[in-house]
Amino acid sequence: MAVPILKQGPVLIASIQTALTDTDVLQLREDVMGQVTRHRSRGIIVDVTALDVMDSFVSRSLRGIAHMTRLRGAETVIVGIQPEVAFAMVQLGMKFEDVQTALDLEEGLALLRDQLKEPLTGAG
Amino acid sequence: MQAESRIAIESDADVVTARQRARELAGDLELSSTDQTLLATAISEVARNITHYATRGEVRLRVIRDGNGREGIEVVASDEGPGIADLERALQDGYTTGGGLGLGLPGARRLVDEFDIQSEPSRGTTVTLVMWQRVAGRSVRA
Amino acid sequence: MADTPDVTATDGHGEATEGLLRELVSHLRANRTQLREEWARRISEARLLTALTQEEIFSEATSIYDSYVGVLETGSVEALQDYARNLSERIIPRGVEVDEVVGIVLLLRDVLARSLFEKYQSDFDLLNRVLDAYEPAANRIANTVAGNFVGERERVIRQQQEAIRELSTPVLQVRERLLILPIIGVLDGQRARQLTEQLLRGIRANRAKVVVIDITGVPTIDSTVANHLVQTVEASRLMGASVIITGLSSDIAQTLVTLGVDLSKVNAVGDLQGGIEEAERLLGYEVTQGDYLPSEAR
Repeated sequence: MAVPILKQGPVLIASIQTALTDTDVLQLREDVMGQVTRHRSRGIIVDVTALDVMDSFVSRSLRGIAHMTRLRGAETVIVGIQPEVAFAMVQLGMKFEDVQTALDLEEGLALLRDQLKEPLTGAG
Repeated sequence: MQAESRIAIESDADVVTARQRARELAGDLELSSTDQTLLATAISEVARNITHYATRGEVRLRVIRDGNGREGIEVVASDEGPGIADLERALQDGYTTGGGLGLGLPGARRLVDEFDIQSEPSRGTTVTLVMWQRVAGRSVRA
Repeated sequence: MADTPDVTATDGHGEATEGLLRELVSHLRANRTQLREEWARRISEARLLTALTQEEIFSEATSIYDSYVGVLETGSVEALQDYARNLSERIIPRGVEVDEVVGIVLLLRDVLARSLFEKYQSDFDLLNRVLDAYEPAANRIANTVAGNFVGERERVIRQQQEAIRELSTPVLQVRERLLILPIIGVLDGQRARQLTEQLLRGIRANRAKVVVIDITGVPTIDSTVANHLVQTVEASRLMGASVIITGLSSDIAQTLVTLGVDLSKVNAVGDLQGGIEEAERLLGYEVTQGDYLPSEAR
């Protein structure tokens, strides 16, 4: 199932609703890159609140997306990593050192707003 | 609650099924939500190897009990794929710096209480994981 | 008034005393049903053991009564101690208090004493001698039962305190978005992991952006705990919270370095106060000449 991507001003919000298959992940990457290019987005939030597991494949893929969008001038913020998931990721050795993270959507937007130095509220 | 479950692993949707079944079983045994997530993540790691390298395989879940009455979940992920030639290297950490083989095995091993791997090139691979109930310090009756 | 009777041995070893105790025991056995009922009635009247049902009270009363008589007969409190321990284990979880246990034992002593008054009322001298034999034994019994109960209670309380110490994390929300986790005592791997889990859940619940982990009260850590500390920092970051470690002693810093922990990645500040100030700085609070300017204010 494709991950819905919403546009909010210069920022895209991708909300992952269910566990991702490999195909879903590849599709997400394609969709994100497509949208970033089309809208010249400056930031993208990937919301993983609904994920109860983030294994090394998903983590690596999200890192990959973050790197690619950065090359296109958009900063990615992963939000909503749950406590148990964060614990497991760290035990696995997945650190996300070069990828920004925030607690939730609200925090992610605030972070991007500060970084992009422009308001993100209002109709996009 | 079923004592044993077998899940055929043929697509990555099956990986999700396997780890969700394991989570259910873990919940029945009242494993903490952290332990449930660790187990599900470990299963995701090893079952993904099946779909990526062996095309087809199976995950078997079972409730086991030790001598003290403590219960645990045993996961056996097996396939008849290409097998791993250099097991030692596969279990090494630091894949990005050249160690390990990117199979997520050292990581999976860290997540669970017991880990075993048997593999033979061209014959297949079997990974066994165990997660036990955590028993808080019991009082000793005088 | 009768002459003061000879004081016989009060520990039950004198022959006369033994004879009296034997008579006492057979009296208590003969009147078992009636005395036991009287006692149970007085327990209810005094509103003791309200946590137990009538059937339970009667059943325990029977056991205690028989044990009581057993002590008078054999002079040994061993069987009574076993029973008292067993009883305590059963009734403490039901919320029975020390004063109740002492109360019922004293009531039994009184009930039996009065029955002796009644029996020997025509021979005051004999009554005194019987009481001389009875009282020390009765007091010993009261002490044994109460002592056992108190001991068991203390053991349970100690256990509960231990459990509370282990399980509850004093994750303190001091300011909005700022959590403090003061760790005290020696950590083992299991407790360290529990603390990590609770901190991470605390970050979500309190929407914390900065966490100050104070380890001033931790004398030493081993490699397991050091790894947990590092993992806690990393996991907190994944949840969007930055971590400041305070109270890092030079001993522990050395341990971390020896274990290969990259201290440059750890934001360490000398003491808790300094850590809180650094945290506030990170959160954008700046105190300039008494003003308070959160970064969100525009």
